[in-house]
Amino acid sequence: MTRKRRRLWVLLACGVGLGSATALSLSAFRSNLVFFVAPSDVAASPPPPGRSLRLGGLVEAGSVQKSVMGGQPATRFRVTDGRASVAVSYVGILPDLFREGQGVVTLGTLRPDGSFRASEVLAKHDETYMPKDVADALKRSGLWRPSEGAPPPAASWNTLAVPKQGG
Amino acid sequence: MIPELGHFALALACALAAAQGAVSLFGAQANQPRMIAAAPALAVGQLIALAGAFGALVWSSVVDDFSVLNVAENSHSLKPLLYKITGTWGNHEGSILLWCLILALCGGVVAAFGRELPSALRARVIGVLGATSAGFLLFALTESNPFIRLWPPPADGRDMNPLLQDPGLAFHPPILYAGYVGFAIPFAFAVAALLEGRIDAAWGRWVRPWALGSWCLLSGGIALGSWWAYYELGWGGYWFWDPVENASLLPWLTGTALLHSAIVVEKREALKVWTVLLAIGTFSLSLSGTFLVRSGILNSVHAFANDPARGVFILGLLALVIGTALALFALRAPVLAPSGLFSPISREGALVLNNIFLCSIAAVVLTGTTYPLFAQLLAGAQISVGPPFFEATVFPLAVPLFAAMSIGPVLSWKRAALAPALMRLWWVALVALVVGLSAAWGFRALPPLAFGAAAWLILGAFADIVGRVRLFRLPLGASRSRAAGLPLAAWGAAIGHAGLGVTVAGIAGMSLASHAIVALKPGQSTPLAGYTWTLEELHDADGPNYMARVAIIEVARGGRHVITLTPSRRSFPVQRTTVTDAAIHTNLLFDLYAVLGEERDGTAVLRLHVNPLAPWIWLGALVMAIGGGLSLADRRLRVGAPARRPLAVPA
Repeated sequence: MTRKRRRLWVLLACGVGLGSATALSLSAFRSNLVFFVAPSDVAASPPPPGRSLRLGGLVEAGSVQKSVMGGQPATRFRVTDGRASVAVSYVGILPDLFREGQGVVTLGTLRPDGSFRASEVLAKHDETYMPKDVADALKRSGLWRPSEGAPPPAASWNTLAVPKQGG
Repeated sequence: MIPELGHFALALACALAAAQGAVSLFGAQANQPRMIAAAPALAVGQLIALAGAFGALVWSSVVDDFSVLNVAENSHSLKPLLYKITGTWGNHEGSILLWCLILALCGGVVAAFGRELPSALRARVIGVLGATSAGFLLFALTESNPFIRLWPPPADGRDMNPLLQDPGLAFHPPILYAGYVGFAIPFAFAVAALLEGRIDAAWGRWVRPWALGSWCLLSGGIALGSWWAYYELGWGGYWFWDPVENASLLPWLTGTALLHSAIVVEKREALKVWTVLLAIGTFSLSLSGTFLVRSGILNSVHAFANDPARGVFILGLLALVIGTALALFALRAPVLAPSGLFSPISREGALVLNNIFLCSIAAVVLTGTTYPLFAQLLAGAQISVGPPFFEATVFPLAVPLFAAMSIGPVLSWKRAALAPALMRLWWVALVALVVGLSAAWGFRALPPLAFGAAAWLILGAFADIVGRVRLFRLPLGASRSRAAGLPLAAWGAAIGHAGLGVTVAGIAGMSLASHAIVALKPGQSTPLAGYTWTLEELHDADGPNYMARVAIIEVARGGRHVITLTPSRRSFPVQRTTVTDAAIHTNLLFDLYAVLGEERDGTAVLRLHVNPLAPWIWLGALVMAIGGGLSLADRRLRVGAPARRPLAVPA
């Protein structure tokens, strides 16, 4: 076995390894990426039903309804970014920090009727923390401008008036 | 007074580390014997100063000195003593200090145990460690100083996140950090070798134990973290492909590759350049893992101590350390001439295959972890990459890796034939096939593949030992004496491989887990996986710094009582946080797992799980670490102890 032959073998093996890694990644990217949407995105251009999404925003005050459906705990609430809101239904245990006015990220799919069916609800383990995605959504909707200081207190988020654009 | 002494000690450590880097590297380059001789003393000095600083922080926390900002923000007078001590590294500043302390410890260890090393090499290794240390100590001093005072001091502290008040997590950071930072030693050896332009078998013999020790600690640290997530977060899962977890998995993958390629350097003097690159890459991944997550650049669901403002300093420091090492590699790697030829079918060939697939897995994990970051920066898209991506990419790449893991050890060095090796493993393959097929009900590919792989790995390791001691070919006594004479490293390798098999079996079992979410009133019951779960009662109970709501659940099978589970919800008034405390009963074959959710007018929401083979996941990691430890204990692999020497006769 000459050095050249050996190098060829090693390169071939590397090619197989990295090639299959790349191929797997690309095919997995095609089907497994999860996009983040804010409620106003859903209102503007609704994504196709059945696609896996992360919907983030604030839990609208007064919108949380808890019930028991067939022995399972179900929750309905609305997620808002101040401009639009989406109805969410979830069956399961809510995170400890889930409450009205709190920033949440929900994982799930849109149903044909435009409501969101969450398979997972995440809330940060920190009262003052705002999920980054939610912060961006708030910035886009004009409810919070970082240049004007700290974000408004979480409890008042969904009752804030949207400032006029360019004002 | 004590915090000021700590602050001073921290500054002193930073100065000593800078001196350690400058004096040792310059001395070795300019061939100044006195400077070279000063290197170990400086390393020990830095270690002592930093230990003093860390001691001061622990002391401030234990005596509840709330005039120290760090203690006021993260401690509370009612917190149990254990968590006052371990809480020092449960926050950003303290964890960075612990990280630096372990790095200093690495320098001290090389200074203390490196007497047999050529003095210039030792000085360079200590110098590289010192220079790295100086950078991070400067960060600690300027950007994350744990000794900042607060005036006026508050009456009491803000307490620690209750999720972190747990014995499992108390010891998770030190072990994980020791694993991360331990790879600094192979890194320093790699950089030193590049500076010297020379690598030989002795270098491999030095690097391997350090890589192995760090690998064992990292395995243990990751397992402890995963176990904590399993029982404390109460989500019923053990691995979430979260950036924090991936950040620890990446150096583990490349560290495993390093461990194996260092064997080839040591035994056959091949793969030198590759090993150097792996040593640099592993420590770079450890560094980026710790600091990218800590700095909040990678967003995580359960990262606890992050502060984006510190990101820039960290990024600059990372770029400096990693960039310098890689630039040096690009300049000097051609000097390291390869030697030791081997054919593709050989032990070396199998180890190369192992390296390629481990690095491919690391590459896809790295891609998946950082893709959202780049998508955000380049396309402005908010994307997340979840478990389905990692499962679709990592599992297929693990299949050839597992296949090679049992075949590799039975091949001989340099040149081997595949057919006889496969002949020795035919019964292993048969059993693996039977085990896999017996798990193949339903339409999922994962359980049968994973159970088959687990059997293949465990029995393959067993077959390796059987082959070495020629069990059933020689009389039993002869086999036993061969087994006694077998080097510990061979036992260690087999046990390590079997350990991975045990973990894979655990993962396979967990893929068959069943769970249910139910709302029950006291007295009602529900069936799950052949068990009847009855909610007996709900009551209140108080702990030292929390109030708890406890559920009593009777679990019965076929009318016979199995166990009483008492999951609870604890609310911590100081942090105004509620934490669910899962109740887990294990008999090593499966876990019964119950979580108490919220209560709605007398009805308690419960999540119940039956997790087959769950404990095996962490048990396997323990077995892997034990295998690594056995291999470390092998005298043959220690420089300075090549054989037991007779006692020196005094002159």
